Amino acid sequence: MRTDELIRLLAQDAAPRWRFRPLYLAAVLAGIVIVAIVFFSTIGFRADISSAMESVRFVFKFVVTISLAISAGSVALALGQPGIRSGRLFAILLLPLLLLAWAVDAELFVLPQNIWAARMIGSNYAECLTILPLFSAGPLACLLFALRQGAPEKPGLAGAIAGLAASGIGATFYAANCTDDSPLFVALWYPMAIAIVTTVGYLIGRSALKW
Amino acid sequence: MKNWSHDGQWTAWMQAAMAGDAAAYRLFLAAVTPYLRTIVRSRCRSWSALDGEIEDIVQEVLLAVHLKRGTWDPSRPVGPWIAAIARNKLIDALRRRGRQISVPIEDVVETLRAEEQDDRPMTHEVNNLLAKLKENQREIVRSISIDGASVRDTADRLKMSEGAVRVALHRALQTLASLYRSQVS
Repeated sequence: MRTDELIRLLAQDAAPRWRFRPLYLAAVLAGIVIVAIVFFSTIGFRADISSAMESVRFVFKFVVTISLAISAGSVALALGQPGIRSGRLFAILLLPLLLLAWAVDAELFVLPQNIWAARMIGSNYAECLTILPLFSAGPLACLLFALRQGAPEKPGLAGAIAGLAASGIGATFYAANCTDDSPLFVALWYPMAIAIVTTVGYLIGRSALKW
Repeated sequence: MKNWSHDGQWTAWMQAAMAGDAAAYRLFLAAVTPYLRTIVRSRCRSWSALDGEIEDIVQEVLLAVHLKRGTWDPSRPVGPWIAAIARNKLIDALRRRGRQISVPIEDVVETLRAEEQDDRPMTHEVNNLLAKLKENQREIVRSISIDGASVRDTADRLKMSEGAVRVALHRALQTLASLYRSQVS
């Protein structure tokens, strides 16, 4: 087949059925809906949710997880589109990290030293390390599906960042149930759970996101 | 002489193509091809590639441009997007041929400014891959590309609906792209 023949062929298949950006945003939304359904049909809000809402520590968990979801979600969107320079964008991934570091610093300042360890270990670490990754699976699947329609130049990296974004979504729901609110707990266990999801995202992305 | 001033025209064509204008799309692909050929040729200079091999890679890039055009943001110029796709597919194609190289984006952009050269050698790779398509997909591909028939004529001749031909054509193109990917030569 000559190249002009190929061009004739391609031109007959003219209008694309989808655009990447709206598709990606729909996938994010679908991921959130999936976790919401799973969340409310299984663990749901913690029993003392109304009093928890008044606690700064409880609310700050969401500041961290939502900022992770939004920053990693934006980076993954950029990574799915060729020709967009995403280098500088990676800096926004520092935002959730800096917020958390600041909260840890404040917590250490407020709490007496003898209860630091107890607050950090908490009581729900086993749930954190299992439920959080499980909650992230749905959003991860949605994001990877969307990125497959995209054209990520680095498939493994795109998969890993999708894992970060998905765990931001999963963590947001998990945090509404977990009774460990100390930033010390969040800083110790959440990153471990998130690392699991990110690794899975990397491993799947490395092969599934090639195009 | 040839430079990014083309990009405005390319972008306009591509915007029309995204809205469903097949003629504009064909103009766009035809205009972009010589530039892709120049990029591929300059990257392959180090290993005396045959014209047919170069054209194989050009066709693979064109196919990727086609299948991934939904990732282009119509509010941005199309040039950098094309350059990124070309770089990516070029790396794949060369890696498959056992040559590990890296292609800096600046090189691709630089080459896009270069002179165009026009010749149309026959290609082999795509023909081998076409042979692996399903019977009716291959028939449709041949009818439209080589015989130059329209989708409607092809549909009439094969006693299919136009929609079915379009779907089969799209599937055939997707299959081709995955055959390129899975190919180890």
